[in-house]
Amino acid sequence: MEKALSYSQIRDKVNRAIDGAALFIWKQIEAVILATGEVMTFATFSVRAFFSRPLRLDELVTHMEFIGNKSIFIIALTGFFTGAALSYQIYLGFKLVNATSLVGPTVGLGITRELGPVLTGLIVAARAGGAMAARLGTMRVSEQIDALEVMGVEPRQYLVSPRIVASVLTMPLLTGIFDFVAMAGSWLLCIQVLEMDEAAFFDRTQLWLQPSHINEGLFKAAVFGLFFSIVCTHRGFTTTGGAAGVGNSTNRGVVLSMVLIIVSDFFLTSMINFFYAVTGMNTGGM
Amino acid sequence: MAMEYPLGAEKAIEIRDLKKSFDAKDYVLNGIDLAIPKGKITVIIGFSGTGKSVLLKHILGLLKPTSGEIRVLGRNLSEMDVAELTEFRQHYGMLFQYAALFDDMSALENVLFPLREHRRSMPKAEMRRIAMERLKQSGLDEKHYHKLPSELSGGMRKRVGLARALALDPDLMIYDEPTTGLDPVLTEMVDNLIVSTHNLRQGTTSIVVSHDLYAAFRIGDYIAMLNAGKVLLTGTPQDFLNSDIELVKKFVSKGVHKA
Repeated sequence: MEKALSYSQIRDKVNRAIDGAALFIWKQIEAVILATGEVMTFATFSVRAFFSRPLRLDELVTHMEFIGNKSIFIIALTGFFTGAALSYQIYLGFKLVNATSLVGPTVGLGITRELGPVLTGLIVAARAGGAMAARLGTMRVSEQIDALEVMGVEPRQYLVSPRIVASVLTMPLLTGIFDFVAMAGSWLLCIQVLEMDEAAFFDRTQLWLQPSHINEGLFKAAVFGLFFSIVCTHRGFTTTGGAAGVGNSTNRGVVLSMVLIIVSDFFLTSMINFFYAVTGMNTGGM
Repeated sequence: MAMEYPLGAEKAIEIRDLKKSFDAKDYVLNGIDLAIPKGKITVIIGFSGTGKSVLLKHILGLLKPTSGEIRVLGRNLSEMDVAELTEFRQHYGMLFQYAALFDDMSALENVLFPLREHRRSMPKAEMRRIAMERLKQSGLDEKHYHKLPSELSGGMRKRVGLARALALDPDLMIYDEPTTGLDPVLTEMVDNLIVSTHNLRQGTTSIVVSHDLYAAFRIGDYIAMLNAGKVLLTGTPQDFLNSDIELVKKFVSKGVHKA
């Protein structure tokens, strides 16, 4: 039969367990802080490097074309059906309280302030962010980045900076397209299918939807572009472990970007509203 | 034991008491003293995991030493900032193990790339002439100039990699495991290419990192052997054949056996 532990032995065991748990938690926090610091250093250097010579304008245009032009179709398609689906749901709800004339502005506010930038961010992060991580990861494991460095070309300035700047510039443009097409989808469903009053739809939308709401969404989109491009280029740039490593970098880059977009959206919304409150900007009562 | 060699020769690279540790416990390089003479082919050999690649990254300035000093063409690499180092790397030309060609550019564009980056004021036609000349010197047939790296064989990729490395007329040519994974015919072709390139460019210093002793004897004016993060022996191929160091004898016997 096992001898029963004394009080001091039990106390020591509990103390050791608490120490172990605390140490584990601290190590995790430390790892997160270190990783964040590393990414921030990488991002700061890369953004600053864009404005140093030689200017990479050709690269910038190439990446803007890839991120922007080649995403237009998928953004428009998603935007159209998002606008239509959201309108239908809101219509069904508002019909219960006889307020269907508010469907237009409600959809407009939801699209321009939240769904437009967030969905555009998620789609572009998956499409272009994934491609960035995969491309840089492949270049890393096949020593192409080392080759650039040995050739006297700063790889972050050549490969990373134009991608980040292109993402920041392109995201608001794509979000603008998303907003427009989503509202077109909403109009088509509300006016052509549900036969709502067109004049009321436009009048109420014009009354409630302010330019500041659209700008708010475009600003968010630029921030999301900054986030996903930094995360994905960093993941790709620091890839190790051959083909499997490239797969991991791409996967983690896209997942982390998506989570970051959704989480940061809440904080951005809070910050923007705080800004409105402090500056007393007219938000149309919203 | 490291010998001083070659006596009185002008040095392209001087390494003094170079130490490198990645985890502050184990030293990958543990006090390297090495001088690489100007205008000669020096082959750095050693078993796998002896620190050859880490030493090479220090010579290229891609890694900072934990302690010690590396002087390349009279400049101390540790004292340079990132911008100076980036500028200084124009003195290097490097052929990577798998050529490391940019896979979205054709063979010709790969060779044009360093010229476009560093000779911005040069007319495009002149850049093109130089790039084509380098490809020709490297022995690539003109019909392959516009092919992507994925459309070229391993030997052709090496030729393009060599042409790209030579584009800026480097003072130092570095070859990282140039024959690893190649068949004997291709190995001999690459070895001959290294020697002919070196002979064609008087004054260029060539450094070949390899674990192929046979190739080292064939192409090297001097050989430096690393073991456990230190230089075990430096000298001419003849010095290696005459050495009574047990590990050198073992390495030599395997190399000769392979030959």
